[in-house]
Amino acid sequence: MSSLPQILFLLVLGGAGYLLYRRVSYLRQTMMLGKPASRTDNPKERWKSMALVAFGQKKMFKRLGPALLHLVIYISFVVINLEVLEFMIDGLAGTHRIFAPVLAGFYTTAMNIFEILALGVLVSCLFFLVRRNITKVPRLSSAELKGWPKLDANLILWIEILLMLAILTMNATDQLLAYRGVEKYIPLGGLWISGSLQWLFDGMSNASLLFWERFAWWFHIIGILGFAVYVTYSKHLHIFLAFPNTWYANLEPKGKMPNMDVVTREVQLMLGLQTAPSANETAPAEVGRFGAKDINDLSWVNLMNAFSCTECGRCTAECPANITGKKLSPRKIMMDTRDRAEEVSQNIKAGKKGLDDGKSLLGNYISQEEINACTSCNACVEACPINIDPLSIILEMRRYTAMEESGSPAQWNAMFQNVETSFAPWKFAPSDRFNWASEINKEAK
Amino acid sequence: MNMNNTTYKVPTMAEKTAAGESPEVLFWVGCAGSFDERYKAVTLAFVKILNKVGINFAVLGEEETCTGDPARRAGNEFLFQMQAMSNIQVLDGYQVKKIVTACPHCFNTLKNEYPALGGNYEVMHHSQFLQGLINEGKIIMKGGGSFKGKKITFHDSCFLGRANNVYEAPRDVITALDMELVEMKRCRSKGLCCGAGGAQMFKEPEKGKKDINIERTEEALKTGAQTVAVGCPFCLTMMADGIKNKEKEKEVNVLDLAELIAKDQNL
Repeated sequence: MSSLPQILFLLVLGGAGYLLYRRVSYLRQTMMLGKPASRTDNPKERWKSMALVAFGQKKMFKRLGPALLHLVIYISFVVINLEVLEFMIDGLAGTHRIFAPVLAGFYTTAMNIFEILALGVLVSCLFFLVRRNITKVPRLSSAELKGWPKLDANLILWIEILLMLAILTMNATDQLLAYRGVEKYIPLGGLWISGSLQWLFDGMSNASLLFWERFAWWFHIIGILGFAVYVTYSKHLHIFLAFPNTWYANLEPKGKMPNMDVVTREVQLMLGLQTAPSANETAPAEVGRFGAKDINDLSWVNLMNAFSCTECGRCTAECPANITGKKLSPRKIMMDTRDRAEEVSQNIKAGKKGLDDGKSLLGNYISQEEINACTSCNACVEACPINIDPLSIILEMRRYTAMEESGSPAQWNAMFQNVETSFAPWKFAPSDRFNWASEINKEAK
Repeated sequence: MNMNNTTYKVPTMAEKTAAGESPEVLFWVGCAGSFDERYKAVTLAFVKILNKVGINFAVLGEEETCTGDPARRAGNEFLFQMQAMSNIQVLDGYQVKKIVTACPHCFNTLKNEYPALGGNYEVMHHSQFLQGLINEGKIIMKGGGSFKGKKITFHDSCFLGRANNVYEAPRDVITALDMELVEMKRCRSKGLCCGAGGAQMFKEPEKGKKDINIERTEEALKTGAQTVAVGCPFCLTMMADGIKNKEKEKEVNVLDLAELIAKDQNL
């Protein structure tokens, strides 16, 4: 028998592997444009959080309907991909359903489970398509999703539908061939779902059946490999990044802003709390910029967050500023961060100016109006099913605006002045601060 | 003199230290608690409760200054740290160990952000402190009176709730009263901000179709509650403004948890 299909398979596999390797390295380099951040403390808590939030989908269940549909696709993705192992062996060794004789009756059970899940994926994807395109769930049809994000979302759903149809077609034709006693094809004794589709192929000749079976097999495996590469260009990257993203997520109370140690050193000097570092002490590292203007001022965790975002918009749907019609959308903050990081990274790859291209995240992508509207209420952080933190990006940009550009809104500048001179955000005489106490025994009850 | 014939005392740390005493807890009043005309009533209510229960407390009086929270949220890290460090000097000078405050913003900053600058204290929000007093039987609610059977809703402050996961303490305080707690649709971890956090209190909102406090007020009114309970000075201002905007101030009042207890206890 010709080994041409095996060679072809090896080429397809090698090609996909090479493309994936290049894409993964590129994404890694892009995320590493961010500043270092140490997020490896308390590993026990981190594993637990990853197990609950990413693996266990805990936060998805704040919205039951989509959570259930998503769960079906998620479980199916994990389970059906077990079959890819058999595809690989069959493809390389030129065998057919190599596990069938080994696993015997269990193989049929497994195939039936895969088929039920495949049907579940089909139905879920159809529901998702309806939610996106017909009933137009508000968070899935906002302005920021126009163009590529919308197409990307629909493409993913259609690709998944086609992949599932390929599995069912493959099994239906495979079992018809087995039933007809064609060599190599193994009767599995009843596959319920593909079995009920066999009437579609019943009238075909063996040759046509063979064509369809092989076509579906190749379509499925090339489809999966192609999808894996596609995912690296897509918001769908969350299927992998959700795991590290939850592992490296912030474990501190959400209200705590990280301290800027660079500022602490300067303030200590100003207040005379510390003398200047002596000659033998190493001088503090180059200060760089206060806060964030561009992606290299953010941490690599911020950038990983951006690539992990699947644009579900739960953050934006909970954002008080967005709900009341302000420009701010936490999802857009994440999408802008990702788009700018990609722009810079591609710039560098093409040997162009990289970060010095005259553009920046704050200004060209995100406006002052957006970051000023944030109430730092943490609703977006709480809402994210994979613990993305849009707030930290917003607050870093406010730091840049206030400390590097003195560009805060006039009323905030007035507030700063009050704190400086009156030690309260309002303009009251500090000596009046304790006046309230004199009222306590005056009140007539 | 009030009806209880008690003279309430507000000792300062300076006085206590001069007398050689060290109070058990410092009451951090906050800027709103010191200056805001409406919110000063909350400070008074809380001090009365502390007096009534016989807590050995003190305040910083004129030595207290802004924690720096609004400056930090608005991006001015320098100003925040200046404030924080000088406050820490004062607090450490008095060897303060335990702090209670009615302001969730002060609470969050003192508790979570001062340690990085060397200020380490046990910090409680007054809802937690009051919950403790109720649990220990030091406050026994009278019940009945003007509250009896009335509906009350609680508006979660973001800096108490999501920021610090304190959801039960304020609700425990409310359920100790003889009132029916009705939750808004968006409550606890899903609670909607009043619109004042992140230094929004100190500037006009950005252009939009609605003010956040109106959105939240509408939700509170939908519960049919006669009282909107809050545990934050900014929330109190925002919700009270919202109620006024809806011309409901005669039917619905906005009260802090300390005021609810003080009312129950006729303080």
